[in-house]
Amino acid sequence: MTHWLIAPILIPLLGGILQVFMGYAPISLRRTLAIATTALMLVSAIVLLALASDDSYRIYAFGNWQPPFGIVLVLDRLAALMLALTAVLGLFCHIYASGGADEGNRQFHTLFLFQLMGLNIAFLTGDLFNLFVAFEVLLIASYGLLMHGGGTTRTVPGLHYVVLNLAGSALFLISVGMIYSVTGTLNMADLAVKIPQVTGSNLNLVKAGGMMLLVVFALKAAILPLCFWLPKAYAKATAPVAALFAVMTKVGIYAIVRIYPLIFGEGAGELANLGMDWLFPLALITLSMGVIGALGADSLKTLVAWQVIISVGTLLAPIALGSVAGLSAALFYLVSTTWTVAALFLVSELVANQRGSASDSIITAPKMRHRTFLSVLFLIGAVAAAGLPPLSGFFGKLLILQSVEPGVEMAWLWGVMLVGSLLTLIAYSRAGSIVFWWNVDGHLETPEPMNNRVSISTGILTCLTMLIVALAGPLSDYTHATAEQLYDNQGYINILQTPVHIPQNPLVGEVN
Amino acid sequence: MELVFALVIGALSASGVYLLLRARTFPVIMGLTLFSYGVNLFLFATGRLATGQQPVIGTTSSYSDPLPQALVLTAIVIGFAMTAFLVVLALRNLADNENDHVDGQREKPAPSPKHEQEVSSK
Repeated sequence: MTHWLIAPILIPLLGGILQVFMGYAPISLRRTLAIATTALMLVSAIVLLALASDDSYRIYAFGNWQPPFGIVLVLDRLAALMLALTAVLGLFCHIYASGGADEGNRQFHTLFLFQLMGLNIAFLTGDLFNLFVAFEVLLIASYGLLMHGGGTTRTVPGLHYVVLNLAGSALFLISVGMIYSVTGTLNMADLAVKIPQVTGSNLNLVKAGGMMLLVVFALKAAILPLCFWLPKAYAKATAPVAALFAVMTKVGIYAIVRIYPLIFGEGAGELANLGMDWLFPLALITLSMGVIGALGADSLKTLVAWQVIISVGTLLAPIALGSVAGLSAALFYLVSTTWTVAALFLVSELVANQRGSASDSIITAPKMRHRTFLSVLFLIGAVAAAGLPPLSGFFGKLLILQSVEPGVEMAWLWGVMLVGSLLTLIAYSRAGSIVFWWNVDGHLETPEPMNNRVSISTGILTCLTMLIVALAGPLSDYTHATAEQLYDNQGYINILQTPVHIPQNPLVGEVN
Repeated sequence: MELVFALVIGALSASGVYLLLRARTFPVIMGLTLFSYGVNLFLFATGRLATGQQPVIGTTSSYSDPLPQALVLTAIVIGFAMTAFLVVLALRNLADNENDHVDGQREKPAPSPKHEQEVSSK
């Protein structure tokens, strides 16, 4: 049992607790310690990524209870990929935030670190109820972060966000209860063993529980009927927070990918592929809805918020089809789209700061300062998001298109995705040309100076898309192995047999 | 006992959902609270309704499952914290928008003819 598994949870926890007591310390000290914590977390995520790439499952059993008793953390390729993705994103958002966005609230860094901790617990846990707790940890931190920075404009979207997620949590508890009442376990590996054995009238209970769980994850992932809270909330949040939230919808997708192939996969008897028939059309409608929203957006941040919804639709469609190639392509696109969308949120805020009262609205305004730098960053982000070659969004979408087998699904997916990409491109060109090219005479009232931290972190996060292109081979090999590992349930189930406790010295603790 | 228990859960959830769909923040908070009571009772029932049983396996032929109680306890703690936060947020909404409508809309009273006259005479 390697103790590295607990590091991505302990590091932000301890760093966050330290920040709680440092509310009145000089801000430079707080910033240094907070960023050091996030950097350490990135180191631990990279160690775990290296550990996970040998295709084996590693477990960390709290209190040394043999699973299925007690709570376990499970590290596999998918968990390691999500941890590394989040840690990289978290580090750059944190550096950006330390450029001035963290002022105004003494506990910003605490909330930010606790948010990262909640995300990490969600990615590592191997227990359904613990997943609920992880969701609550990351949500309660996100409520605070969403309201950060003050201003009355954030109150109403914040209220909607909190109420919706509380209702979602209640549904999560109901579905967990339904599944527990039949199977008597909440350990995911044990559920994968027990659910195929369910028969008779209990089958409907598990089915209802499983479908309700899908509704909860759909709310987190912002799939169509449950996505209308997202654009307002994300567009109103401060940029580093909105950028970090780019990974929050991916938590919903992660939960679907983790639970459905494992528990309701091919081997689940009568419950095999539960809900996946619903997911494919919903994903395509979500994608179309996102494109319509992006075309109608009146500010850069709203446009990027709708891009989040577009990427959710694009990700879920191949996942719902349930092929190894599709899942691998979706994971590749997930890495690319999360970083791109986050970078676009940061760029939008930088643009808004330079344009005075015009802010990030898509309207003409006097020529802004740093126009070349910002427009190049926006161009890179937009090209990656719309999926034009040569950047990573293109490779992601290409892999997704290639992964579908010929048939009705292929026609639908190709049609919706290609038309959607074209319309997204139009939305970005319109926004970019109005904001950057069409200048009116006059001068702007006191644009805020741009400091090095915000410009460098935004620049690097934007250019990560080129890094993905350079490393496309190793990354797609990794995602392919991840998809194969996910569809091979037996490996995950075997963690139940892995002995956790090996007594070093049997004489110690012997009672006569 | 099962019937009464089920009716209580149903009544709590139904009234909770009804209140949740209201347009003011106060009924919404009350609705969420009632709904979470219903959910907590439901979770508690997933361990089967057994009275007078021991929570230890192997001592008797049937036993009372202790795990749902742990789950309910966690859910109550989390729900309590969330409700407290929501109340503060609702008060903030009231202060910011001078209105406790969930969409923050300011009600515009129909301009009375008398008021209009006053304005025009000035």
